[in-house]
Amino acid sequence: MNPNESNPQPISQDDQSSEQPMKTEASRAKHTPHSRRAFLFKLSLLANGAVGAVLAVPIFGYLLGPALRKKSSDESWVGLGRVSGFPEGETRLATFRNPVTTAWDGQTGDVPCWVRHTSGATFQVFAINCAHLGCPVRWFSESKLFLCPCHGGAYYEDGARASGPPERGLFEYEHRIVGDALEISAGKMPTLAARVSTPQALIEIAGVGAKNGAAGVSKPEAQNLKPRCGSCQG
Amino acid sequence: MPGMKQAGLRVYQWFEDRLGLGKPIIDAAEHDVPASTASWWYVFGSAATVLLVLQIVTGVLLGLVYSPSAGQAWSSLEFLDHTIRLGWFLRAMHGWGSDFMIAIVLIHLAQVFLFGAYKFPRELTWIVGVFLLLLTLGMAFTGQVLRFDQDAYWGLGIGASILSRVPWIGGSLVNLMLGGPIIAGPTLTRFFALHVFIIPGLLVALVGLHLWMVLRLGINEWPMPGRIVSKATYARDYQKLTKETGIAFVPDAAWKDAIFAAAILLAVMACAFYFGPFGPTGQPDPTIIQTAPKPDFAFLWIFAVLAYLPPSLETPVLFIAPVLIVGAMLLLPLVSSQGEKHWSRRPVAVLMVAVIAVTLGILTHLGTYTPWSPIMDAWTADPIPTVYLQDRTPLERQGALLLQDKQCRNCHSVGGKGGLRGPALDGVANRMTEDQIIRQVLQGGGNMPAYGNALNPSETTALVRFLTTLRPENQPAAFDASRKMVTSERPPAAPTGAH
Repeated sequence: MNPNESNPQPISQDDQSSEQPMKTEASRAKHTPHSRRAFLFKLSLLANGAVGAVLAVPIFGYLLGPALRKKSSDESWVGLGRVSGFPEGETRLATFRNPVTTAWDGQTGDVPCWVRHTSGATFQVFAINCAHLGCPVRWFSESKLFLCPCHGGAYYEDGARASGPPERGLFEYEHRIVGDALEISAGKMPTLAARVSTPQALIEIAGVGAKNGAAGVSKPEAQNLKPRCGSCQG
Repeated sequence: MPGMKQAGLRVYQWFEDRLGLGKPIIDAAEHDVPASTASWWYVFGSAATVLLVLQIVTGVLLGLVYSPSAGQAWSSLEFLDHTIRLGWFLRAMHGWGSDFMIAIVLIHLAQVFLFGAYKFPRELTWIVGVFLLLLTLGMAFTGQVLRFDQDAYWGLGIGASILSRVPWIGGSLVNLMLGGPIIAGPTLTRFFALHVFIIPGLLVALVGLHLWMVLRLGINEWPMPGRIVSKATYARDYQKLTKETGIAFVPDAAWKDAIFAAAILLAVMACAFYFGPFGPTGQPDPTIIQTAPKPDFAFLWIFAVLAYLPPSLETPVLFIAPVLIVGAMLLLPLVSSQGEKHWSRRPVAVLMVAVIAVTLGILTHLGTYTPWSPIMDAWTADPIPTVYLQDRTPLERQGALLLQDKQCRNCHSVGGKGGLRGPALDGVANRMTEDQIIRQVLQGGGNMPAYGNALNPSETTALVRFLTTLRPENQPAAFDASRKMVTSERPPAAPTGAH
């Protein structure tokens, strides 16, 4: 682009500032490109650039901290209560305190989910968040549907997509039964990028939830339970 | 009194000797503008600036009380609304000021677009203006989040769900937005920082730049058909026009800006007084799921778009469309920097404004009553008109009960009441035969879930039998023409048809 084009003639009149007479010979000499001062100024720019780059590391490290977290580090086992609290053949709302919270989270640290007890030891635990845009789905036992209030996504009782804008079924939490207690692997908001169920949970904190009484389950025991759970998820 | 004036002037001069700001400010205020620009069409930019100042003032005042903590933000708003003297009014002014600001910014945008003001040499002024629009919308969204209620909580969920669809880095973006694994304390504080420090800082800086360029390049002259903008001659022509018809901006043109700004401020105050503050709606407790989240007015159209896009198109449209729209707005002045300014010579521009305005208007209107959403309590709340129950067999009435009980009403209206997601059922027997209804109910399809698992055979029979009674008087029941050919019998009369 022609520089004249990109720098249009200023239209306001008083743009011819009073700097003109200042540009004397002496001032021009001050700005000769090869003087020692000019070199030192360039050096100072370089030094500041280097310091700036170093400063950028902690700033961006701090800013991007949440994004750089390991995916698995937020997930752990959370108790939803006794198995007997979920009658067979029914789908009930359960809530749990998110395993990762801050002291000022208030009610937002409580997360709901839908627990479907099909039969025996077979459970399904669905995320509350619609797979479309994360709104809270509601269970309608008579029509055996989950309905989303935002854009009308509908899911069948097994979480499969029934109709509406969602492209997939409800997100499902990985779960296990420890003694008498139902536990799920939770911690992150379920979205398309972070599926709730992870094939193997790395952190085993049994008895985390205050509601269940199954404290102190050792790791081997938990692993023993896993296949049982895996089979019931079918 | 003359003594007072003298003393005042001396004080002014004392400051002026040291600051030296008075003269350039007075010069800038009194600079000549073409007389044609002293128009009521040229008042929107200054009104938007005045509204920004109102938002800053009311925002700072709300900041005296607001607690940006996820556990307490909602209660602090309730405290503002009910306990702090005039807290409700300040909240209302801030909320209505935001709606007015978006409206005025959009009108300003349409006006400068139709007046060709983005053309040479004011391309960069327009480009900065596009960023000002985006920042204004950013303020509206983050402000809605700070009103930390149910809508804000689930609105954040929608935002996170949208971000999660970004290929490859979606998960990281969600974490970055939420500041943690879930919507909670760290989420609110980062939106607080955005709403209170980052976006207002950028907004004020860019408004300064925008204004500086308006002063430096001169306000866009009133366009005339046939007066072509050319880079070679524009500056000379504009100077000539200003010289010939110039009037001092203050006071000759600025009085209209001042009157309009006062009227807008008064309108904001009136709305705040009559309609009160926005929310907060229910508390941000995710375990209370009896909610139908909705974004604020400015974003209802996006809410509607997200309901109507086919699922497979949604993700591409979500990420490609904004890039194209913003890209087109940014490139507009660079691509068409010369030529006609007058709207009568730019029919495509006029058509675009009209189409976009109508589209946004319709989508926003749809967003106000969300016909795509099931009405969650329609099955218990909405009655069936008695006329649909008169002279019906017990089986048909049983079907009417099932219609309620199986939550059909959440999506289908009967007698004008119920959900709008599916078609109204008032004339269903006029459109579908009994067999078709059975198939539709059991198998679903066409955006309806299948009810095969939720109905046993006798329930299906009763429900369908009731549905076959639903047709306007004097209109025949739908019948299967092919069946008629085979059996060469009359189609069964709807209310008493054999199964």
